[in-house]
Amino acid sequence: MIEVSHLVKSFGSLVAVDNLSLQIVPGEILGFLGPNGAGKSTTMKILTGYLKPTSGTVKVNGINVEQDPVGVKQLIGYLPEGAPAYEEMTTRRFLTFIAELRGYTGHEIVKRLDRVVDVMSLSSVIDRRIETLSKGFKRRVGIAQAIIHDPKILILDEPTDGLDPNQKHQVRELIRGLSKDKIIIVSTHILEEVTAVCSRAVIISDGKVLEDCEPSTLETRSKYHGAVTLICSCETDFARMRVATKALVADMPPIVDEDAFRLTLFQSESSRPLLLHVTKLLEETGVVAEVVSEKGRLDEVFRSITKSAEVLA
Amino acid sequence: MRAINIVMKRELDSYFSTHLAYVFILIFLVLSGVFTFYLGNFYERGQADLLPFFNFHPWLYLFLVPALSMRLWAEELKSGSIELLLTLPVTIVDAVVGKFLAAWIFAGISLMMTFPLWLTVNYLGDPDNGVIFTSYIGSWLMAGSFLAIGSCMSALSKSQVIAFILCGVVCLLFVLAGYPLVLNSIKTWVPLVVVDSVASLSFLNHFNSISRGIISLRDVLYFCSVQVVWLAATVVVINARQSR
Repeated sequence: MIEVSHLVKSFGSLVAVDNLSLQIVPGEILGFLGPNGAGKSTTMKILTGYLKPTSGTVKVNGINVEQDPVGVKQLIGYLPEGAPAYEEMTTRRFLTFIAELRGYTGHEIVKRLDRVVDVMSLSSVIDRRIETLSKGFKRRVGIAQAIIHDPKILILDEPTDGLDPNQKHQVRELIRGLSKDKIIIVSTHILEEVTAVCSRAVIISDGKVLEDCEPSTLETRSKYHGAVTLICSCETDFARMRVATKALVADMPPIVDEDAFRLTLFQSESSRPLLLHVTKLLEETGVVAEVVSEKGRLDEVFRSITKSAEVLA
Repeated sequence: MRAINIVMKRELDSYFSTHLAYVFILIFLVLSGVFTFYLGNFYERGQADLLPFFNFHPWLYLFLVPALSMRLWAEELKSGSIELLLTLPVTIVDAVVGKFLAAWIFAGISLMMTFPLWLTVNYLGDPDNGVIFTSYIGSWLMAGSFLAIGSCMSALSKSQVIAFILCGVVCLLFVLAGYPLVLNSIKTWVPLVVVDSVASLSFLNHFNSISRGIISLRDVLYFCSVQVVWLAATVVVINARQSR
């Protein structure tokens, strides 16, 4: 369990983390979201004991990070932003070095190495210098390094940055597979990633928590949540449809694309569930149209949450 | 202890895998040869000792040691690997000492590579090998003190160039402190106690007394305490970086 209470970190006059409090329990995969410079990385650096907070405390499994940093570091696996490594070393030597520092010796190191090399598919680059590896492989070496001791707490700062779609998928699968009794904190600015892997989403901006909820609830806050798009094949159908749906969307103006005969209707309190109403309407009027059910758009939610905070400030 | 050893091994390893080690040893050997034979008049003196060799060590170290120490922390700061290192279960002291020891051992290896000179002087005459041995020890201790200063300077900046220059300047002050040039210029206007304490800070005085063949506890303690003080300063600098 991680308990962050009233955490403040300022660099001179800049307040990077502003009175942040959080509790994270085992089994949770927490997605840390926020615009660049929101304080995500700084918070992670404090959790891992790299930076010292200006005020406030961080307790990991009851251990205060400031009082026993080494004790906390033993519990945590951490991928710093940009996946730094000793680039002149080969993957094998680098991972061996990490395993040694994690306290393993002899055969245990070989066993641990084999496991992470297998999990992260690193066998093709095991004897290559890290500086010669592609961005994707470097990132995977960084994650391998973080999970070598099978940590109870895994903190990954932008783990899928620079990976291709297949590798992203692989990393997400890995994170999901790990989560049983662990705490995993992932920072990202890819919102889909949060719905794909996380059980909890925390949006921060200017060092403050703006939103702390399940990723699925985040989606429902989108204007597009429950929205329906209708696409007609001819002008007459389109015109009839516009008239027929007028009553449904009285309080929410629809988006109309005259050239493509497209109409997007938004769900409001009175028109819920919109999809059902629309299909019923189409049946009644006999209009032929393609019906597309929209999903909540996370970046729109993200924008509205972080922008409104800016306006308030 | 274990962590120090692992950090040290990795660091030493990286000297050799980046070829820094080979370049450094080569330059060290060439320069010490040049100094000994041309500037030190090794043959012309007609004496079977290595004084011309050791006399130039403080000056040689003045720019070779910063070249060795500049990367100790500056490189980690630049590449961000310091964040990785310091979030592993090691203390800052472990990391500082481990890295310093790697550099110091490497300096020792470079010194040992000058053994042909020792063979030569033994072939040419009948030197006092005890003096030569203590001179080697003295030179190594002095190199360690230079390196400890370099370690601290390297932690001050992300830029290796700045680390190099800072280290060179501070080391120069420590070397020059014992030179008549400096001592004479302050003798006239400061009390004798100050002159003596400035002189006692000099690498040169302590190194010279060791290279005369006497390893006194005073000189060894001096070099060791310089190392401890500057390594402690390195720890303070890195600590300050984390709580800035």
